[in-house]
Amino acid sequence: MEKTSEAFFQDKIDREIRIEPKDWMPEKYRQTLIRQISQHAHSEIIGMLPEGNWITRAPSLRRKAILLAKVQDEAGHGLYLYSAAETLGISRDEMYEQLHSGRAKYSSIFNYPTLSWADIGVIGWLVDGAAIMNQVPLCRSSFGPYARAMVRVCKEESFHQRQGFEILLTLSRGTEAQRSMAQDAINRWWWPSIMMFGPKDDESPNSVQSMKWKIKRFSNDELRQKFIDVTAEQVKVLGFTLPDPNLKWNKARGHYDYGAINWDEFWQVIQGNGPCNKERLEARKKAWEEGEWVRAAASAYTTKKNKRNTTVAA
Amino acid sequence: MSFHTNKYYYGDYGEAKNGAADISAKGSAKEEWPLWEIFIRSKQGLDHKHVGSLHAADAAMAIENARDVYTRRMEGVSIWAVESKYIHASNPDEAGALYDPANDKVYRHPTFYDLPDEVKYM
Ligand SMILES: [Fe+2]
Ligand SMILES: [Fe+2]
Repeated sequence: MEKTSEAFFQDKIDREIRIEPKDWMPEKYRQTLIRQISQHAHSEIIGMLPEGNWITRAPSLRRKAILLAKVQDEAGHGLYLYSAAETLGISRDEMYEQLHSGRAKYSSIFNYPTLSWADIGVIGWLVDGAAIMNQVPLCRSSFGPYARAMVRVCKEESFHQRQGFEILLTLSRGTEAQRSMAQDAINRWWWPSIMMFGPKDDESPNSVQSMKWKIKRFSNDELRQKFIDVTAEQVKVLGFTLPDPNLKWNKARGHYDYGAINWDEFWQVIQGNGPCNKERLEARKKAWEEGEWVRAAASAYTTKKNKRNTTVAA
Repeated sequence: MSFHTNKYYYGDYGEAKNGAADISAKGSAKEEWPLWEIFIRSKQGLDHKHVGSLHAADAAMAIENARDVYTRRMEGVSIWAVESKYIHASNPDEAGALYDPANDKVYRHPTFYDLPDEVKYM
């Protein structure tokens, strides 16, 4: 019986038919997706913090309104994704608990500090840019609710990248101090941004299974290369440079070659030792704990209202 | 069955090297606000379409939250919120038995009928 379900499931995947929450699915598929979607959601939520840091200090009303809208979008992305994960049988509270206890991970990039206004430009350009590369293939994920959430997310992301690039473009035409502030931000964010694609392909055993389930469509290195090729051209428009002396066009490969990535740093950040890991989790926990009375009050109000309604009806 | 996920999506660092520990659903929702399914009419004249879900303490809050979560770019002119527990769904395992009888009633489709070419506007 089990075998029939599994074969039927695989057949649907092979024919690009989406899997929906109530359909039979292998337990491992369910777990892999819960992990992947919830950690993606956590990344969107934690990702609001580094940028939120600059909302009050945006240099103009226009920039402030844009940044507010962008950060609000990221909250939306987190919410779409949490609800997609919930269709697989995990509760919202459980996911929060996993994040707050440090059991769940989120994107390593958000554990770096935003030191200047130029960082906001670089985050939009590089971090959202890398996220878009990663997320576009997810619009075809085999799990329906995830794919639908990603379509919505991807539609909203491109404004994020453009507003970031525009900030940098403005700085690039500014004073010497503004130009060097922007270059400094690029220098700090470049390597963490290309680490966002995850470890080298040969670092972990090849996953036949997740390919087969169409959870995975492109490898980490494929996407990273694509991102580097695109970005190495865009930086020329800004008149800045990427901080990699080995970055060079390789005519034979038709791609840019790039220098060695510091994977030690990457794993350190993932394991909780990045510059801001503690601060980020503390901020989330604080928001959760201090919101407790609001959640309780709203529930109490609803209970009271319902009781009154039933009394009137009776 | 054991396998490793090699692809690392936005914040998901797989199971290796202190990536995510055991993340399994135990279904222990403490005192969560209930879940609501949100339907949005994108334009006057079109029907409401399911867009996703969210948590809210009551219907008014569900509609307010739906406005912020699902219509930040004028995606809708009307919102329906239905508490998820009131949605009844057909069972996908019975899809075959449920829809099969329709399969052999091709005469329900206009293309089933052969008419001479001279007949216009039918
Ligand atoms: Fe996002
Ligand atoms: Fe974004």
